[in-house]
Amino acid sequence: MSSSRQSKIRNFCIVAHIDHGKSTLADRLIQKTGLLTEREMQEQVLDNMDIERERGITIKSQAVRLVYKSKSGEEYIYNLIDTPGHVDFNYEVSRSLAACEGAVLVVDAAQGVEAQTLANVYLAIDNNLEILPVINKIDLPSANPQMAINEIEDIIGIPAHDAPLISAKNGINIEEVLEKIAEVIPPPSGDENKPLRALIFDSVYDSYKGVIVIMRVMDGKIQKGSKVRFMATKKEFEVVEVGYFGPGKLIPCNTLSAGDVGYLTASIKNVADTHVGDTVTDVENPTHEPFPGYKKVNPMVYCGIFPADGAKYPELKDALEKLQLNDASLFFEPETSAALGFGFRCGFLGLLHLEIIQERLEREFNLDLVTTAPSVIYKIFLTDGTEIDISNPSNMPDPAKIEHMEEPVVKAEIILPKDYIGTIMELCQQRRGEYESMEYLDDTRAMLVYHMPLNEIIYDFFDVLKSRSRGYASFDYSLEGYKESSLVKLDILVNREVVDALSFIVFKDSAVERGRKICEKLKKEIPRHLFEIPIQASIGSKIVARSTVSAMRKDVLAKCYGGDISRKRKLLEKQKEGKKRMRSIGSVEVPQSAFMSVLKLDDE
Amino acid sequence: MKQPLSIYIHIPFCVKKCLYCDFPSFAGCENIYDDYVSALCSEISDNASVFSDCEIKTIFIGGGTPTVLSCKNIGKIMDSIIEKYNVSNDAEITSEANPETVDFKKLSEMRSMYINRLSMGVQAWQDRLLKKLGRIHTRETFVANFNEARRAGFKNINCDLMFSLPSQTMDDWEETLENVLKLKPEHISAYSLIIEDGTPFKKMFDEGCLNPIDDDIDRKMYYLCKEMLSDKGYKQYEISNFAKPGFECRHNCVYWQTQEYVGFGLAAHSYFNGKRFHNTLDMKKYIEAKGSFNKLHEDIEILSEKEKIEEFMFMGLRMNRGIEKEEFKNRFNFEIDDIYKNELCKLKEEKLINENNGRIFLTEYGMDVSNYVFEEFIK
Repeated sequence: MSSSRQSKIRNFCIVAHIDHGKSTLADRLIQKTGLLTEREMQEQVLDNMDIERERGITIKSQAVRLVYKSKSGEEYIYNLIDTPGHVDFNYEVSRSLAACEGAVLVVDAAQGVEAQTLANVYLAIDNNLEILPVINKIDLPSANPQMAINEIEDIIGIPAHDAPLISAKNGINIEEVLEKIAEVIPPPSGDENKPLRALIFDSVYDSYKGVIVIMRVMDGKIQKGSKVRFMATKKEFEVVEVGYFGPGKLIPCNTLSAGDVGYLTASIKNVADTHVGDTVTDVENPTHEPFPGYKKVNPMVYCGIFPADGAKYPELKDALEKLQLNDASLFFEPETSAALGFGFRCGFLGLLHLEIIQERLEREFNLDLVTTAPSVIYKIFLTDGTEIDISNPSNMPDPAKIEHMEEPVVKAEIILPKDYIGTIMELCQQRRGEYESMEYLDDTRAMLVYHMPLNEIIYDFFDVLKSRSRGYASFDYSLEGYKESSLVKLDILVNREVVDALSFIVFKDSAVERGRKICEKLKKEIPRHLFEIPIQASIGSKIVARSTVSAMRKDVLAKCYGGDISRKRKLLEKQKEGKKRMRSIGSVEVPQSAFMSVLKLDDE
Repeated sequence: MKQPLSIYIHIPFCVKKCLYCDFPSFAGCENIYDDYVSALCSEISDNASVFSDCEIKTIFIGGGTPTVLSCKNIGKIMDSIIEKYNVSNDAEITSEANPETVDFKKLSEMRSMYINRLSMGVQAWQDRLLKKLGRIHTRETFVANFNEARRAGFKNINCDLMFSLPSQTMDDWEETLENVLKLKPEHISAYSLIIEDGTPFKKMFDEGCLNPIDDDIDRKMYYLCKEMLSDKGYKQYEISNFAKPGFECRHNCVYWQTQEYVGFGLAAHSYFNGKRFHNTLDMKKYIEAKGSFNKLHEDIEILSEKEKIEEFMFMGLRMNRGIEKEEFKNRFNFEIDDIYKNELCKLKEEKLINENNGRIFLTEYGMDVSNYVFEEFIK
């Protein structure tokens, strides 16, 4: 039974494919409800981070409270919960969705339904959310709203005939969306007299308040001074403050009750204590029904991150610690490489997460990094019956002791124009994809479903997919489980010395080809020395590919007279500086770029 | 004793710019020759008192193409030096010359103005290659004017040659060397082509229309040159320079021995009283400055002891004779091993340098990879 207070609350999120206009619509809703004046309106208020804004994607979810006065004169409280749009953050998305009763589904009138739209909308349906479809970008010359409506009805299977046709960018028909939210999305239905039960769906670290826990109150009430327990981590705290979110700021209040979305602070020092999906309850009067579906998220992709300048190790450590304050899913531990020195082995939810962290380290902390090839977690079954997980090729046991190995497999869904089906199927097969199905979505587009080893998509699959489909294919994946596979460790030797930072685990039949490409790449990256340098790829003691950097024949400035001396000095100083930044492998100086070059092996 | 000093005079004009050239020089500026020479003469004369304690040991008129100027203008420049400076009786006075811009009359007049050494830009024997370089002369005018220079009384002539030119074959290079050697110049400079930034060659290279010569062939050409010149009695004394005994270019040795020199004219570089600087690169500004040092000098650097030491090493080692440990000690009050013990040891092990009778010098391979060697001396 929902109280009359609850009947005026709407908790909802917006789901969309990247670029379909989710954040822009959020901005318009905030603007139209009058919380911000035009002047205060900075574009895409909900996306706080620079990278998010640049890439047009949302990484961390947040929630904002809007007050909407409907045409009938009723005043509603809208809690707009922003969710990340990418599969790497699937768990976060699902928890954000669990905090809502409805979802606004944004579909681009020119692009139609895409792989991510599907992934997210199914997640919303799984969480029993009421879906409000909205067709965006209707003012584009290439817009075809009817096509988008048909696709929603045919592919997703929900009615869309009276979906608002809007342009979030130009503020067209935003009122209609606001009105429909009250109409279509149901109010929350918790009982404020029951014991406290609140779902944590995000947390952010604030240097003054400590961790700010963002939650949806399902049942009961919470206020300043409440003694609360986080049921999964079993940590207990005394609440210092509760409140809700105005755009870009915290607004404290007395109480949050069943149906409300808001935050609590309790001098919590560590975000690791506040797991997304955990249930907050009252210590004195606890609930016996923690919110279902809680799980601890584990990294899926690992790589080594090293400072380009070895002396910057403490700065890198500091930066990772700071990032982890707000990102409990980022994992790292110290790693030492013979080639790259001191650094960290880092774990990520997926590729995008990895890229985001890398970029933030470089941009926000001004660090120059060398990263090693990303790896998945392999399960190794040893002949003595034990089982180990490895994510670092350096830890691979002696092959003689390995009974068999398993690697993670994902289900990949690719939506693409039919002209590219042949090319992309070929790509999937090259990447050891197992075909499951192909379905035409309409006259021009199809969806391919493949089962693929995760290790085949963590290098450059997305780039190649985009380039082979001229940017038209969209792609999403979800982890399915582990599968036995024939895998080997490929080592790279420079001047007969194994370079640990260049080793990786690869499917046996692809090893030779991969080794050959790496040898060719390194040949171009390693400068000539006074002696000839062999570059070899090996599996165990067997050399499977080789290239040679020939000895330096000539490095001379033919002319050097009075007017050339200053220039000559600068040239020598620059050369010297460049050499200082190189890594020594035995007597060979290897530039940073060589380590990075093997991460992008062109498929063409 | 007077302080020895060398003078460099820059003439930034050419009939046409060569495609590989990155020197400050302009084509098609005949109308400002007189103004330029007048500003240049003021710069030389008006500042003479600064150099009153110096004895001028060498003078080098370079460019550009000094011989685009009339005899009258060349005369004015020479007079302004001779009148106000203590020019040593046995001074080496060189002028560069483009074979296309001289004749017997001009050469005779230049000779009579105390110019006693001529440096001719020959580059190649084949007209096909000369054209590709953007040179204005032909083989024929070169041979004719070389002989005219002899007739005018030049007993010390250098020929500048280039190898590793795009489309140049080993046979082309051998033919060039053979024919130039027949003329018996006293001095030969042989430069491996450098594709410099900002030149048309660089642009062609970036656009893929210029195929650089492979390093292996480049070295074969270099070794062929060394061999043929040595057979004819020329001694290599620097990476790119060869001379009959006693005809080494004294002016250029000043640079390699990091001794002092002063440059007059647009963009000319100087190293004087421990300071390095150059004149403005702006022609208008140069002419308007009317020779005032204050208005001309730019990028003034006072060399630190560290920089002086480093330059002593990487300039000195360009010469076959290398550097003398004793001289190092005299100049810097340190034993060379105090500063470079590890570096010298490593380079000896790598067979890039040798030591003999207190001199340290590059090996043959050391010359091929001299930048690698020099880098060791930058700290």
